Amino acid sequence: MKKIIPDIKAIPSIRNARKQAIKLSEKTLEKTLLANSFFTDFANVLLFIARIFKETFTRDFEFKEFFRQCFQIGYKTLPLISITGTIMGLVLTIQSRPVLVSFGAVTMLPGMVAVSLIREMGPVITALICAGKIGSGMGAELGSMKVTEQIEAMEVSSTNPMRYLVVTRVLAATLMIPLLVLYADALGMLGSYLGANLKGDVTFTLFFSQAFSHVQFIDFNPAIIKSFFFGAVIGLVGCYKGYTAGRGTESVGKAANSAVVLASLLIIIVDMVAVQITDMLIS
Amino acid sequence: MNNIQKEVPVKERSRNQIIEITNLKKSFANNAVLNGVDLKLFEGENLVVLGKSGSGKSVLIKCIVGLLKFDDGTINVYDKNLASLNRKELDLMREKIGFLFQSGALYDSMTVKQNMEFPLRRLRKNLTTSEIDAKVLEVLENVGLADALNKMPSELSGGMRKRISLARTIVVDPLIILYDEPTTGLDPVTSDEISSLINEVQKKYKTSSIIITHDIKCAQHTANRVIMLHQGKVYLEGSLDLFEKSDDKLIKSFFN
Repeated sequence: MKKIIPDIKAIPSIRNARKQAIKLSEKTLEKTLLANSFFTDFANVLLFIARIFKETFTRDFEFKEFFRQCFQIGYKTLPLISITGTIMGLVLTIQSRPVLVSFGAVTMLPGMVAVSLIREMGPVITALICAGKIGSGMGAELGSMKVTEQIEAMEVSSTNPMRYLVVTRVLAATLMIPLLVLYADALGMLGSYLGANLKGDVTFTLFFSQAFSHVQFIDFNPAIIKSFFFGAVIGLVGCYKGYTAGRGTESVGKAANSAVVLASLLIIIVDMVAVQITDMLIS
Repeated sequence: MNNIQKEVPVKERSRNQIIEITNLKKSFANNAVLNGVDLKLFEGENLVVLGKSGSGKSVLIKCIVGLLKFDDGTINVYDKNLASLNRKELDLMREKIGFLFQSGALYDSMTVKQNMEFPLRRLRKNLTTSEIDAKVLEVLENVGLADALNKMPSELSGGMRKRISLARTIVVDPLIILYDEPTTGLDPVTSDEISSLINEVQKKYKTSSIIITHDIKCAQHTANRVIMLHQGKVYLEGSLDLFEKSDDKLIKSFFN
């Protein structure tokens, strides 16, 4: 007897189910590839950090290049930090003064500005400014060095580019950002003194004695410690984005751009974590 | 043409072999760029490697100098297997090999003098500052650019950059020089000058060279022996004469 085999394609519900299954498998594949790429990137970042640690503690440290980078990152950023630091203190004072006057607490102004600047605004604003200037500079410089084969040329000259280019930059950024933060704090206080004298009249000695009467040593410690992390983040992100840039000139722009965006985002996240940890430890 | 033609002159066979590559394979993702390349470089010769863009010429010399890790096969340089060398041994090996990059690869943040000093200070650590200065000046004079000593790379023309780059390569007295497209992007006159300079360097510094190019004029100017790469393999190997007289379509397309 002849068997009758139904034509599956002719049945609409089965045809739809087949389409759905194909769609589902395509989406699954897409998501798997996305997850795969994320984990690969994450592993690459960890490997990059591990290599930096390894190269930092090996012999033949590139002292000359390290000091050159300290000069580039520290000294050459001073004008920018001077302007932003001064304006930061000035604006904070001008904005806060009317509120404090209405409460009759204008004598609290120097202390309030000092604590705000030292604990939070100084480190974060300085780090964000440096992420823009230093992070993008590192991303673009290393990216263009990669595109123009300069990193390979270094390797051929028996120079470890990781040690010469990356370790020196990351360490210089880690050490220089806290110093820049202290400098920005100092200029912020000077700006605040100027702001206080725009509307009122307060002597230099009185202003700073009032400011420091509200500041304790414990206010400095967490701020300086987190500044080291901000510096490390700026150096790491800038170097990673530049060092792993693609081949075309377009990738140089992308490296610089993503270095700024990622470093700024990470600074905010590190700040949030640092504030939580400080709060837990102090309370 | 499926058969690989080989014609190695008897006198070359008796000369010292300094690079020997056997069955070299290198892939990027699923793309096999080198698919079993065999190659020999003899002492004092200029070996020109021809091939279309993407035929794996640059990958080949980057494997020789250890910038790229190959998947399979062996590379022996002065009888030392490259794959078995650790980082230190590889650095020692690199002291004998100079590499002229396609883009010149001059360090943008350094002057010409600093560019020249960079490999010298790292590879010849026993030299004093005055010896380094003298060596830099001597090599720059040899490439005809002694007056560019304090210029930045951005102030140099394409031909000047190539010359300075060649000077930086030869300043450490390498025994082997690998040229990656030395005349690409240059006008015909400058290309001829660079080709002549390659010959001068070979004679003066007694170097052995592998010259990667698709510029036939450069090949005609510099080659002692020629190899053509096609689809990741050696397509034809022999004298320049053999290539010029070949009836093969692919080779004709290069030489006509």
